[in-house]
Amino acid sequence: MTQTEGLLPHLFRTEYSKITAVLCKLFGIEHVEIAEDIASDTFLLASETWSIKGLPENPAAWLYTVAKNKAKDYLKRNTLFTQKIMHQIDTGEIEDKELEINLSDQNITDSQLQMMFAICHPSISGEAQICLSLRILCGFGINEIAAAFLTSKETINKRLFRAKEKLREEMVRIEFPNETAINERLETVATTLYLLFNEGYYSRGQDTTLQKEVCYEAMRLTYFLIENKRTNLPFINALMSLMCFHASRFEARTDSNGETILYQDQDENLWDQELINRGIHFLNLASQGNKVSKYFVEAWIAYWHTKKEDSEEKWEHVLQLYNQLLMTEYSPIAALNRTYALSKANGKAEAIVEAEKLNLTGNQLYHSLLAELYTGIDDSKAISHLQMALDLATSKADKTLITNKLLVISLLAKD
Amino acid sequence: MKEFLLVFRNDPDAVQTLSPEELQARIKKWMDWVGGIAAQNKLVDRGNRLANEGAVIKPGNIVTDGPFVEIKESIGGYTHIRAESLEEAIELSKGCPILEFSGNVEVRPINPM
Repeated sequence: MTQTEGLLPHLFRTEYSKITAVLCKLFGIEHVEIAEDIASDTFLLASETWSIKGLPENPAAWLYTVAKNKAKDYLKRNTLFTQKIMHQIDTGEIEDKELEINLSDQNITDSQLQMMFAICHPSISGEAQICLSLRILCGFGINEIAAAFLTSKETINKRLFRAKEKLREEMVRIEFPNETAINERLETVATTLYLLFNEGYYSRGQDTTLQKEVCYEAMRLTYFLIENKRTNLPFINALMSLMCFHASRFEARTDSNGETILYQDQDENLWDQELINRGIHFLNLASQGNKVSKYFVEAWIAYWHTKKEDSEEKWEHVLQLYNQLLMTEYSPIAALNRTYALSKANGKAEAIVEAEKLNLTGNQLYHSLLAELYTGIDDSKAISHLQMALDLATSKADKTLITNKLLVISLLAKD
Repeated sequence: MKEFLLVFRNDPDAVQTLSPEELQARIKKWMDWVGGIAAQNKLVDRGNRLANEGAVIKPGNIVTDGPFVEIKESIGGYTHIRAESLEEAIELSKGCPILEFSGNVEVRPINPM
């Protein structure tokens, strides 16, 4: 029993997405719910049967057989139904070739890759793409997705429903994009995987295990793209490198109570050296080719952050990389990080002047940055910015962090 | 928001006398300045540098070796920014490192076609 209970969630994650992808490819994206239902039914039967009879010798093969039979039943019923409706009672037998359900490794990999392209279709909003990816490509439950997004099950269900409608409307096909379209489509896939990773990494949710799993899934899907020679491009390697560097700090960024530990306070002995080395490996692969992607610049920034020690060289590199990143694409977070790097490379005085120009007064992190810059230079200003940051903070973890900082600085200021 | 073209002029000969370290320091100043504009979300396009050589075509298909023979300054590059007003665009331009090296910045509002 306990063996079944432990194994099933794991199998569900890995096999659910495989079965759904293969069946969905067979039925067409317009029948994605049917593919999902068959996959879910298969797992329901597995949990019932296995808890009574014990585990089969090869659980994955068992699941595939059941899924195949369920799919065949569905196709038979559906063909009969369609034929009746259409008054095409041809008396002939149902064509058997339709019932070929190929669950070979090759077809599973191909179907999953093609499914990625279908889900990351430019007509679907980024938020919906992430939702669909978590559900269909990663096999996450609605509860888990809702927890990751800090929202209700109803919201996630609605979001998924609308996204599937959109896939039907646009008649998105589950296929590999042709040579001319592949780069552009791959950009969208990369953006989704990048957002998926960030969703896990920067999530304000409480469940750190779940957050890590979201990140690992994003990495698994990115690795899929690296394994296929048509999608193994430098910017995909850059994305993978970036994810490895960030993921290397998982164990160091929360304490035993689940509270956030900021980068500068982390114990670098907890950083995963193996992941850092892999990040360097993918960064090397990413440096081939002549186009510099934003992932490449971000991966380099992340690389410098794997060196804990402050050095002039480190911060000068980080500053120039942020300059470069901002020149290609503006984002408030990059602007804030660039200003922090500026304070480390060129001094606080210059950084304060630049920070005051950023015009991000509604941003909690903006006030945290200004507080950091003013600390030791003008503590009263630092305190007032911390108070503004506290007013804007929404998560408990952020409020605790800011309150602690306020305490420390108020104590120091009195001396 | 309006858009502006910043046109940079300097003495092209002066740059060639710089040591590698001086050149490096100048590039840093330049990147920090453009990065600062980008951090305010006011950069449209970082633009480009222009090579020293070139030609000028005049009426009657008369081609000369560029306008730089007689004068001590030529257009070295351009950057495309956005700002609320000409005054703001001027403020942003005041930080341009070219001013420390006796070059100048011309700020021109772009009138969309």
